[in-house]
Order: sequence, then structure tokens, then C-alpha cells
Amino acid sequence: MPSVELRKRAIQIEEVFHEGGPVATIPYRRAAILAVIKNPFAGRYVEHIVGFSDDLKPLGLEMAKALIDALGGDPKSIEGYGKGAIVGAAGEIEHGALWHVPGGYAMREALGGALAIVPSAKKVAGVGARLDVPITHIDASYVRSHFDAIEVGLVDAPRSDEMLLALAMTTGARVHNRAGGLKASEIKARDGLR
Amino acid sequence: MKAEIRKLATFVEETREEGGRAVDPPTRRAAAVAVIKNPFAGRYVEDLSELMDIGEELGGLLTEKAIAALGIAGDRAESYGKAAAVGENGELEHAAAILHPKLGAPVRKALSKGAALIPSSKKRGGPGVTLDIPLGHKDAAFVRSHFDGMEVRLNDAPRANEIMVAVAITDSGRPHPRVGGLKKDEIKGVDGLR
Repeated sequence: MPSVELRKRAIQIEEVFHEGGPVATIPYRRAAILAVIKNPFAGRYVEHIVGFSDDLKPLGLEMAKALIDALGGDPKSIEGYGKGAIVGAAGEIEHGALWHVPGGYAMREALGGALAIVPSAKKVAGVGARLDVPITHIDASYVRSHFDAIEVGLVDAPRSDEMLLALAMTTGARVHNRAGGLKASEIKARDGLR
Repeated sequence: MKAEIRKLATFVEETREEGGRAVDPPTRRAAAVAVIKNPFAGRYVEDLSELMDIGEELGGLLTEKAIAALGIAGDRAESYGKAAAVGENGELEHAAAILHPKLGAPVRKALSKGAALIPSSKKRGGPGVTLDIPLGHKDAAFVRSHFDGMEVRLNDAPRANEIMVAVAITDSGRPHPRVGGLKKDEIKGVDGLR
């Protein structure tokens, strides 16, 4: 499979102190790391693409570690995660699907294990497109306080023959969470859901 | 702090390839953004000195955030810029009061120097509005390789009664500069221009 050609990397971090209600003692943080790479399959139909998923594994791990570092370096402080991809216009949505395995397993490895499926979003779009990356609790998908999303995108990417790959992490529940449902303190089944 | 901060965000971009050619070392730039309450939203207030003091606080805070995100000492910074977006219930003059009278001094203090004018832009807008922060060399405004801009946006800011304030810092100019003009190694750095 082709090598991974990285053009650009970006990190965005948000620290939320309040959203009109009581000021949080510890601000809620939400962050994403983006990598813009060349899409080796752009402009033509290629049947066998799955091997490129393996090629993306080192990049995924590097991104997951850099994102944890950007959030202070302690994997234990990470409570939510998500991933996404924007495929440039000369590519297929299927190319974005190649990010599922390397993106997800990289975060699990860097976090020292995480049980829940990593929620994801992807699309084919032009330069400057925005993507809402969904976020859920890392160990139990049903934890309602941790459902969130982070909007990502770069003005100059993805070009038509590129892909923008994203990983997202958060450090806790939404800042004024009060919509009920399963709490993080009630996770029992250890099945990734509850 | 006089500023009532709802959230802070940091963006870092690292360009490793441009025009098909490697950028080595990569060019890096960072922007730190604060979303604050506009104390004068919805009413005409003659004396804007409270916003001027807020500008002074944010100049220091956002510069520290940006250089920390770049992982550099302040004196390694090469260019800078600032910008503000006022929510719909505020005046453009509120952005001016934050940006112009007092914000620059703490920026320059954090960078050890900064003889040049800090280029700026401002606008009024709703949540998700984009800010294009102009960038110029910090010691000599005529350094052509460092004229640039960085776009930042937050999907949930500024709300009607908020102001979004941004400071951008780089450790480099554009990738592959080749349009001539004054070079950074020719700077005298006395008058802020050359």
C-alpha cells in the first residue's frame, strides 16, 4: 500500500468555564487533532484499499498521543472521544471509512483501554468544509452527560486529492449537564454500552 | 479578572508540505481565543475604559496561551496579530476598545519585544462568524515573508451579548516565501517598520 503523505497537522482546544449557568470548578475541555494527508486513491476506482488502514496506524497513534498531551498529558483525565474524516472531492466516502480501525484503536491504545465504540462522522466535501465530530463516554456509550460534539475543519483542506482525519477527546461531562440518563458513576456492565 | 470568560480556545497549525514541497522545519502558528461577556451589550455607554482594561488582561492571557501551545519561549515568536468579533447586541467600538488602547503592551512583554504595530481586524457577527486575524512580523512590519492571516471560528460564539477576542502568534513566516521584499535577517527593528 502507498505511504502516508502528511501535509499539515492542527490541534484545537476549547476550555468551557460556563454556558450561562454556574461557573465550573474545573473547566470542561474539548479538543481535536486534525491531519491532512494525501488520498492515495483519489481520482480513480481502486478495489483493494483496506491495506491502507494498516498504513494509517502509526499516524493514528501519534495523533492520539499528541491530543492527550495537548489536554495535559494524563490519559486518565480523558472521558469522552470521537473521530471523523472529510474526504476531498476526488475521493469516495469509502476512503474515509479506512479511518475507523486505525483512529479508534489508536485512541484505545493511547488511553490504556476504553470499552465503548468510538462514535464517528464522515463526508466527502470541499476545501473549508466543517465536520461535527460526535463524542461519547469512552467506556459506556449510554452515559448521557458525555454526549457531545466538536466542530472541526481547516480553511485550506481537504483539497480534492486529500483526506482530513480527525480525533476528538473531552475531559468530562457537558458543563451544565442535567438531562438525566445513565451517569458515569453508574457504569456497571463493562460491555461498552452501560 | 474584569473579563467574564465563558470559554477559551486554542488553535495550532503546523504545515509540513506546501505546493508539493516539504516545509522543513514546518511553519507553525497558533491562535488563542477568549469568549467574554460584553458588559455594554444592548446599551450605549460613553466611557469604554472597562473594556480597555479587559483588553489588557486578555493581551497577556491569550499571548501566554498561544506561545504555550507553540511550545516556544516568547522571544522565539516571529509574527503576531489580533482580532475581535462583537455579538449582535454590541458596537464595533467595543471591539476597538478591547484591541487598541491596552492589549498590545502585555503581548509585547510576553514576547520580550515587538516594535511593529500589531495588525488587527474586527467585525460584528453571530455565532460561527469567521475571524481572519492578520499577521505581520513583530519587529518590522515590512518583512514581506511574514504577511499572512489565520482564520479562526467557534460555532457557538459570539452570542448576542458576547465578544470573541483573538491573538495569533507564529514562530515562522509563510511556507516557501519567494515574493521578495525585506527579509527577516535584514531587520533593524528600531522603528517597527524595517
